[in-house]
Amino acid sequence: MTIGPSAYLLLSAILFGVGVVGVVTRRNVLIILMSVEVMLNGVNVAFVAAGSYLGDAAGGVFAFMVITVAAAEAAVGLALLIALFRLKETVDITELSILKW
Amino acid sequence: MVTGALEYLWLVPAFPLLGVVLNGALALFAERPLLLSGAGAGGVAPYRRAVAVLAPAAVGASFAAALLCVASLAARAPDDRLFVRFLFPWIEAGSFKAPASLLLDPLSAVMILVVTGVGFLIHVYSVGYMSHERAFARYFTYLNLFTFSMLVLVLADNYLLMFVGWEGVGLCSYLLIGFWYDRRSAADAGKKAFVVNRVGDFGFLLAMFLAFWTFGSLTYTEVFARAGGMAASGTLTAGLATTITLLMFLGAVGKSAQIPLYVWLPDAMEGPTPVSALIHAATMVTAGVYMVARSGALFLLAPATMTTVAVVGAATAIFAATIGLCQTDIKRVLAYSTVSQLGYMFLACGVGAFTAGIFHLATHAFFKALLFLAAGSVIHALSGEQDLRKMGGLKGRVPVTFVTMAVAALAIAGIPGLSGFFSKDEILWKAFNAPAYGPVLWAVAAATAGITAFYMFRLVFLAFYGPSRMDPGVEKRVHESPWTMTLPLSALAVLSVAGGWVGIPAVLGDAVGVPNLLERWLSPPGAVGAEHHSAALELGLMALSIGIALGGIWLAHRLYRARPETPGAIAARWPALYDAVRNKYYVDELYDRALVRPAVRAAEWLWQMFDARLVDGIVNGAAVLVRAAGERVRRLQGGIVGGYAFSLLLGAVLIVGYIIYRSAG
Amino acid sequence: MEAFLFILFGAIAVGASIMVVTRKHPLASALHLILAMAAVAALFVLRDAHFLAAVQMIVYAGAVVVLFVFVIMLINVPEDRLPVERITLFRFAAVIAAGFLVVEGALVAGRFGMPGGHVAGGGTLEAVGRALFTDYLLAFEITSVLLLAAVIGAITLAKKKI
Repeated sequence: MTIGPSAYLLLSAILFGVGVVGVVTRRNVLIILMSVEVMLNGVNVAFVAAGSYLGDAAGGVFAFMVITVAAAEAAVGLALLIALFRLKETVDITELSILKW
Repeated sequence: MVTGALEYLWLVPAFPLLGVVLNGALALFAERPLLLSGAGAGGVAPYRRAVAVLAPAAVGASFAAALLCVASLAARAPDDRLFVRFLFPWIEAGSFKAPASLLLDPLSAVMILVVTGVGFLIHVYSVGYMSHERAFARYFTYLNLFTFSMLVLVLADNYLLMFVGWEGVGLCSYLLIGFWYDRRSAADAGKKAFVVNRVGDFGFLLAMFLAFWTFGSLTYTEVFARAGGMAASGTLTAGLATTITLLMFLGAVGKSAQIPLYVWLPDAMEGPTPVSALIHAATMVTAGVYMVARSGALFLLAPATMTTVAVVGAATAIFAATIGLCQTDIKRVLAYSTVSQLGYMFLACGVGAFTAGIFHLATHAFFKALLFLAAGSVIHALSGEQDLRKMGGLKGRVPVTFVTMAVAALAIAGIPGLSGFFSKDEILWKAFNAPAYGPVLWAVAAATAGITAFYMFRLVFLAFYGPSRMDPGVEKRVHESPWTMTLPLSALAVLSVAGGWVGIPAVLGDAVGVPNLLERWLSPPGAVGAEHHSAALELGLMALSIGIALGGIWLAHRLYRARPETPGAIAARWPALYDAVRNKYYVDELYDRALVRPAVRAAEWLWQMFDARLVDGIVNGAAVLVRAAGERVRRLQGGIVGGYAFSLLLGAVLIVGYIIYRSAG
Repeated sequence: MEAFLFILFGAIAVGASIMVVTRKHPLASALHLILAMAAVAALFVLRDAHFLAAVQMIVYAGAVVVLFVFVIMLINVPEDRLPVERITLFRFAAVIAAGFLVVEGALVAGRFGMPGGHVAGGGTLEAVGRALFTDYLLAFEITSVLLLAAVIGAITLAKKKI
């Protein structure tokens, strides 16, 4: 049994889907942010696998960029979270609905 | 010098326009602040002096220019008397061209002389008549504007420019009828005149559309030339020609107050009396006659229309004359008389005697303007009293007014030697020779002449003879009018007497050696004297009509001088008939029931059903719909981040699904 | 051998990710996230992307997740004040929709026309480095601006008095 690119892409889709479920269903902002990291991981798997199978360094470069963005996103997201927590004393996203009309 | 004057034809309408600008400026910047500040009618305000000079001077200068232009036109050869002066391109769209061009030919020459000449006299008269009026400058602005519009109307070289003048005089008529707009009846009368005229204007507009569609032009010369050619080749059917001319005639009926649209003219007497003289007797109301005469070449191609014009004219003449029998308001008597005389002019046009129609138009302008001005002088003398029953015995108190009014009454009654006799008799004779219903038309017109003589002298006897029936307070202040009023009266009286001699019928003219100048002027050279019937018959009919006129005067004398009690007895004998005539045959009431009220009701229905429910319903419904939709949709924007993420997810699922579906298929 | 390792680490990655999403306490999620990162890094090694595997461990597991743990401890929400998750129709629908997305991903993956054989050098340090400093130099440099902006933004947001 050989592992082809399809297997990696399937795994990527599964990881992405699991992350999506976390983002959509959870109420804890921290866990939502972590679910986003899971999604990004899934995407990275696809990039690396594709780059490797095609012999193209672009896949690796993109994965690298994704990791950078993830780091930046985590930093800003968590800073926002701290600011919000100071204001509302909660990490429940359903209570952070001040933007509605 | 004289021949070059035609190049300055544009000065004729330009002078009154200048008067409008100057007087309008004075009205706006000098008079309006004064009136708004509530200051009294200071007869010494300097701007009033400026207006009193400027406004008549503008029209006087216009008259002088018109005289020079006509003189230089007359200096030309008879078949070369057509002058077109292009001023500037006005509307040009594809093949449609409506330039602002002035046209001077014998017909418009007669018209501009009448308009500026009579207009000038009435302007002078107005200076005296309106001397106690607060809105002095506004009045003369309107009056100048009217003169300008009327000159545009008669000098236009195409129907569209004529329509501009047509609407312009309609506007001025509206403004001047409602001049005393704080009086409810005046404002209503102005509105009535405007609305009724719209019916006619609608016909005129349709006629223009149809004419352009048929002939591809609206310029007189081109239209008439093409109409003649098309009629000869058979491409212009009688039905089409009849439709165009009937629609034109509808416009003329509105403007010239014929049956069934005459109802606005008697009410128009709410305006100042000089306005009634200028607009509602001498000039504007004759615009319809001018238009029919101008389009004579077209009308002659449609015999059915000609018959209609003649019948409507004759019917209006006798109908209005009978109403005039029982009116007690001095101006209303004259108003119905005007309607009746306009009917005469249309009768003339309808039987193809356009020259006679224009002749009567001119003489009528003289004597009817004189009648109105004299009536205005009487009203002026009586401090505003218009009711004939409260006059009487004025003969010695206002001598100039009396003499001039008597002259005018004799002229309109058709006493030989005065202007009215020649023009009226010309029409009677032409009507008798009409291709259709000649003797009937003659009989109606002759009866009208008798009635006219009767009510005119009824007016004279009631106002100037017999015992005074004036209110004591009024009687003390009776005075002859100032020279600004009596001078125009005298001038018009001279014209009323002498004006007829330019159109003396051949049968009489040959005897005294005076040719029929007007006919020679208006008609192409070859056409003069083309038809010759029995001179004995013509003289006989003439004598008959003189007899009828004298009979009318005699009857008036008998009823209102010799036995003043008889009119009351007659009224008591036939109360139904008297009431019907006195109430103008209930035509206003009929229109009110049949047209005005249904229109108002329909408008109310449209307002409540269509506007308030349907239109507002759609508008409000749109708002309600958006609001309701917003109420629903706003739940999607609940601020729950999970919800947003979910829609994002759904969108992604759908889009990816669609891509897979597409690439699989 | 490769198949075995792929299935092993893939299963670990998926399982750990599920744990990340389902744990009640964020700290448990964070620890499972480290496990998922490690499994993914192992998968990178399988694809000869050693450099990226290292970056994954250092940046993700070493920096990002530690930052998460710091924040969790900093705000320190007590156990009884953590949001209570309930199974609602909406959440159920979300899971179904995510399932559809995975199925669609699988469909795409199944039809992916990449060569099945192993081409060397896709994600190696040399290849990635060469690409980064030649073709993607501008993007690389701009990444530094992004990180700078993120640092400034994070400091500004987290300051006590804004």
